[in-house]
Amino acid sequence: MVPLSWYLLLSAFLFASGVAGFLIRRNIITIFMSIELMLNGVNLAFIAFATVRHSLNGNVFVFFVMVVAAAEAAVGLAIIIAVYRTRETLNVDRVNLLKL
Amino acid sequence: MPMNAGTFILVAVVKIVIAVFVLLTACAYTVWLERKVVGHIQNRWGPTRVGPFGLLQPLADGLKFILKEDLTPPYVNRTIYILAPMLALTMALTSIALIPVGPVIHAFGISTPIQITGVVNSATGRGADINIGLLIILGITSLGVYGIALAGWSSNSKYSLLGALRASAQMVSYEIALGLSLVGVLILSGTFSLHAIVEMQQGTWFGFIPKWNIFRGQIFAFFIYLMAAFAETNRVPFDLPEAESELVAGYHTEYSAMKFAMFFVAEYANMITVACLASILFLGGWSGPVFGPAILQALLPVFWFALRIVFFMFVYIWVRGTLPRFRYDQLMGFGWKFLFPLALANILITALVVAWRA
Amino acid sequence: MMPVATTFFFYFLSIIAVVSAIVVITRKSPVHSALALITTLLSLAGLYLMLYAPFVAAVQIVLYAGGIMVLFLFVIMLVNLEKAQLEERFNKQWQVALIAVLTLGALLIFIFEKGRSVFPQTVTNFPENTNTQVIGLLLYRDYLMPFELASLLLLVAIVGAVVMAKKRV
Repeated sequence: MVPLSWYLLLSAFLFASGVAGFLIRRNIITIFMSIELMLNGVNLAFIAFATVRHSLNGNVFVFFVMVVAAAEAAVGLAIIIAVYRTRETLNVDRVNLLKL
Repeated sequence: MPMNAGTFILVAVVKIVIAVFVLLTACAYTVWLERKVVGHIQNRWGPTRVGPFGLLQPLADGLKFILKEDLTPPYVNRTIYILAPMLALTMALTSIALIPVGPVIHAFGISTPIQITGVVNSATGRGADINIGLLIILGITSLGVYGIALAGWSSNSKYSLLGALRASAQMVSYEIALGLSLVGVLILSGTFSLHAIVEMQQGTWFGFIPKWNIFRGQIFAFFIYLMAAFAETNRVPFDLPEAESELVAGYHTEYSAMKFAMFFVAEYANMITVACLASILFLGGWSGPVFGPAILQALLPVFWFALRIVFFMFVYIWVRGTLPRFRYDQLMGFGWKFLFPLALANILITALVVAWRA
Repeated sequence: MMPVATTFFFYFLSIIAVVSAIVVITRKSPVHSALALITTLLSLAGLYLMLYAPFVAAVQIVLYAGGIMVLFLFVIMLVNLEKAQLEERFNKQWQVALIAVLTLGALLIFIFEKGRSVFPQTVTNFPENTNTQVIGLLLYRDYLMPFELASLLLLVAIVGAVVMAKKRV
C-alpha cells in the first residue's frame, strides 16, 4: 500500500507549482488556472487525511472547496471578459490603470 | 465461485470486443435506419441500391470514409486538430462499458453479468457493478464536449468556432437539466449502481403494469431527460452546433475522411448510450417476459433491452423528420427557463412523496 | 476485495499529475495549459478513487473537468489568442517566485520529514459502498449551515458573473 506521506508530497508539489505559476505568468487565464492547481493540491491533502482518519469530513470539505472554485471561476472569467472588452489585453502587467 | 485473475481478464476482453463490435455495427445501422425512416417520412425511398433494402449501405459508407483523402488544412492547430476527433470518439465509446445490458449469465462454467464493468457478487450470486456508475457516465458524457470544443477551436475557421461555442454552451446548460431529471429516480432507488436500479424495477403491479420508474411518477423526469438528451447529443431540434443552413457543418466543417467519421460515429454512439441510460433508469432496463429453454432465457433480456434502444432510435429519427430547428436564444431559454425549473419541481415533489411514505 | 497494483497506479497517476502540472504553468498557449490542467484533474480523480472517495472522484470529473474547465475553454475561445501569444510569457517576478516556491518547498519537506513518524504509514481499507450516503447525511445534518451558505455564495456568483459579463443595454 502507498504511505500517506507520498500523497502529501504530491499535494505539496501541486500547490507549489500553482504558486509558481501564479507568480510568474502574465496571462490572466493561466494565472486563474494556477489557482485551480493550488486548490486541487489542497483537495488531495484533504482526501488523503480523510481516508487515513476514516472520517468523511474531509470529503465534505472538498465539496465546499469545489463550490468555491466554481463560484470563483464564474466571477473570475466574467471579470476576464470585462477586462478584455475594455482593454483588449490579457496581460496582467498592462492592466494597471484604475480608469480608462 | 470467484474466478482467478486470468479468467477475469479473458472474460473482460471478450466482453469488450463484443461490446465494441456490437456498438459500431449498431451505429452504422442507425445511420441506415435514419436514412430509411427520414426518407419514408419525406415520401422517398432512402437508400435502395446497395444490397436488399439498401442494407449494405453502411458498409459502402464505411469503405468510402476509409478511401477518401484525409485533408489537414494548413492553417489548423495541428496537434489539437488531430486529437479532437479521437477524444470525441473515446469518450463516446467509454461510457458503454458501464451500461448493464442484461442479468447474470452462466456459460462455460463462468457466471458473469452482461456488462463490461460488472462482476458477480459472490455472496448473493447476483450481478453487481460500480457503486457510482451513473455518476461516472455523466462525467464521461460531460467530457465529450471537449472533442467538439477543441475541434471547433483548432480548425481556425469562423464556422467551426461558432459551432464549438454553441456546442459547449448548449451542452453545459442542458447537462444541468439532464442531471437533475435523474435525481428523482435516484431518490426512489437510493443507489447510483445501474445494475441495482434495474433490479429494483423488476416485477409488475396487478400483474400487468410493470414497476418501471416511469410509472412510479417519474414521467415528467422521463420527458425532461429525453429533451435534455436530444440537446446533449446535438440532435434535431437542438442541432445548433452543426446547423447546416447557417454554419456549413458547424464544428466539423474542416474535417474529412476518417476524422469526420470519428465525429459521426461518436454522435451515434452517444445517442445509443443516452438511449441505454433512458431505458435503464426509466423503462426497467432488460425487464420483460422470460420463457423457453435456457439459451432463450439468457438471450431474451438482451433482446428486450435492444428493443427499447431501437424504439429510442426511432424516436430520435421521428423527431428529426418532424420538428424544425430552434433558434439559439430559444434553445437557451427553453433549457434554463423551462426544463430546469421543471426538473427542480420534479425533485421536490418526488422527495416530498418519498418522505411522506417513509 | 484487495486492491491490486495500487503502487503502480499511484506512480502512474502521480507522474501524469506532476508532468501536466508543470505543463500548465509553462506552456505559452492557454489552450494547452487548459488541456494539461484537465489531465491533472482527471489523474487526481483517479487518486481519489484509490483513496476510497468515489463520490468526490465522480464530482471532480463532472464538476471540475466537465464544468469549470469547459467554462475556461469557452472564455479562451472567446478572447483573441493570437495577440496574447505574442506577448511575453513570464513576468519579471521570477526571483520572488523562486524564493516563494523554495521556502514553501522547504517548509513542506520539513513537515514531510517530521510527519513521517506522526502519520500512519499505510492507507487501510475503508468502506466505500455507503460513501455517498454518508456524505449526504453529513452535508444535510452536520454541515447544513455551510451548505446553505455555499448555495448563497453560488447565487451571488451567478448574479455577479451576469452583471459583469453583460454588455450595457
